Amino acid sequence: MKAHERLSAAISAGAASGRPALVPFITAGYPEPADFLSTLKDIASVGDVVELGIPFSDPMADGMTIQRSSFVALQKGVSLKWIFDQLDSVSGEIDTPLVMMSYLNPLLAFGYDALAERALAAGVCGFIIPDLPFEESEDLRVALEARGIGLIQLVTPATPDDRLQMLCSASKGFVYAVTITGITGGGVGLPADLADYLKKVASYSSIPVCAGFGIRSASDVAAIGSHASGAIVGSALVEVLEEKGDPKAFLSGLIA
Amino acid sequence: MSKMFSADEAKRLLDAAIRGEMPDELGRFGPFGGRYVPETLVPAFERLEEGVRQHLHDPAFQAEFQRELHEWVGRPTALTFAKRLSEAWGAEVWIKREDLAHTGAHKINNAIGQALLAKRLGAKRVIAETGAGQHGVASAAACARVGLPCTVYMGAVDMERQAPNVDRMYRLGAEVVGVESGDKTLRAAIDEAMRAWVTDPDGIFYILGSAVGAHPYPYMVRELQAVIGKEARQQMLDQAGGLPDVAFACVGGGSNAIGLFYPLLADDIELIGVEAGGVGDGLGENAATLATGTPGVLQGSYTIILQDDDGQVQETQSISAGLDYSGVGPEHALLQAIGRVNYISARNDEALEALEELCAKEGILTALETSHAFAAAREYAQENPGKRILIGNSGRGDKDMPTLTKYPPRTRHHESA
Repeated sequence: MKAHERLSAAISAGAASGRPALVPFITAGYPEPADFLSTLKDIASVGDVVELGIPFSDPMADGMTIQRSSFVALQKGVSLKWIFDQLDSVSGEIDTPLVMMSYLNPLLAFGYDALAERALAAGVCGFIIPDLPFEESEDLRVALEARGIGLIQLVTPATPDDRLQMLCSASKGFVYAVTITGITGGGVGLPADLADYLKKVASYSSIPVCAGFGIRSASDVAAIGSHASGAIVGSALVEVLEEKGDPKAFLSGLIA
Repeated sequence: MSKMFSADEAKRLLDAAIRGEMPDELGRFGPFGGRYVPETLVPAFERLEEGVRQHLHDPAFQAEFQRELHEWVGRPTALTFAKRLSEAWGAEVWIKREDLAHTGAHKINNAIGQALLAKRLGAKRVIAETGAGQHGVASAAACARVGLPCTVYMGAVDMERQAPNVDRMYRLGAEVVGVESGDKTLRAAIDEAMRAWVTDPDGIFYILGSAVGAHPYPYMVRELQAVIGKEARQQMLDQAGGLPDVAFACVGGGSNAIGLFYPLLADDIELIGVEAGGVGDGLGENAATLATGTPGVLQGSYTIILQDDDGQVQETQSISAGLDYSGVGPEHALLQAIGRVNYISARNDEALEALEELCAKEGILTALETSHAFAAAREYAQENPGKRILIGNSGRGDKDMPTLTKYPPRTRHHESA
């Protein structure tokens, strides 16, 4: 099974148990690099897929919470290379498929072939790149897909139908349906017409659809569950880490 | 970077640029440029690109734009022969006076052009970023002129060092949002403007102030700023009796420089872009992006940026807020790579010295940004006596008074002369 197929299967399996699959997001190495692997194992024990944020100096699609976590991680020396080294050190201990969320430039600096190689070895099944539209993605896509790793496409409520269709068929692993026109961590709640939008995305997609942005509570997760296969929880979880809370308990509460 | 292309390839790319074939339909200037933006903004960028295609060179739009440039901005701006500076430098120095344009800098050419376009495209409100505050002031004024509400994002560090411009923006009716994230300068302000745009891609028109960012901004800004070089070229022929041997412009994002250089690309004129050399050559000590940077993607464009080995964008150091930027317009990256424009830098202290000399010898208080171009031109004149030099004076220095009060003039030239 290719890495991106593992990803699809994990989402489908999670969703099949009467709730949406849970995809928790953390900024790698935040708040303390020394706690990265234990935090990762904790959330991987609850999540069906784990999304790892690679810190970047210019997170232009992110709100204050993820910006802050990104800057702190960078200050504490977290880099993509460090993250791969950490993941290698627990090779085989984490079954949950991983996806990486990164802005393009750190990946460009790493080199696409080296990136795909190390990602495969580290159990990374897909990449989410918020500043890489499909039209600019060919070089990276080719390098990733040569190793079976998926480039996950994002769609938004602002995406026109023909483009939505194109992105849904281009996406690998799952389709990331952004719930709001805005940045991460908005906290304004899910939009009223969410159901229609997610239904439309699902109708165009032959792989699972995960919804993200603004999902903060058990009722949000439940609301997503009736229309999408997975719920991505980012800023709310990073806030728990920021406040030194228990991420595992928080995530378990979302699907209780 | 100069080894990126063979001589033949470089010539082919330059010829294409001269023929007006840059950027290509993907927004590329050779390998540089493109459109790296969040998916939420892709439809907005496509609409903008279509709007630019439809209107920018449409006779009706151009007539309106030219009328505003003439009646409201005050164009053409003067070309001034710098008599005393010429004597001191042993050169023939001509100054293109963008400081005389309405609101005090070249930024207004672009701001009024984009504001007119925003109106045509039915925008409900405008956002803009600003570094030195000149683009913020220009956008506030242009939005008032066309009747659109305007919000300006400005780094907290810049708000302090360019305080007079903050008050001007308020006075002109704009809302100014201080940006506390990131490096709290221009780069953070652009990030924040993008975040705001993402919340309402349909209603907002983003007036980007420099020839940077995702396609079609570098193209649109160049087209709107090219008036500088077109005027200067004709004025040199009329007033100086010939074209200059060399032209200087300061480069932050690079809008005034591309505006001056683009219409001169085909001529036998040496072109020199001057970046901020800050306090030294080390990473983080300057904003000399082209001199010391490497290729990468920043804020929508593949260009030359200041970054570390991990691809993290580095903070910059410059006395001038307008040059304090870790990236540069993609067209400049190309012009450097093909060897058409030489990019050098001047340090903070050299810029201050040049500012002082221009005040004393020509009675022109130029902007700290522009002072970098004068500093480099002076050094050039010393090494190449007798040349005819054109300097793009991108803006006036009134906005820099809070900074300049920390550096009292070392000599009172008019008293000692």
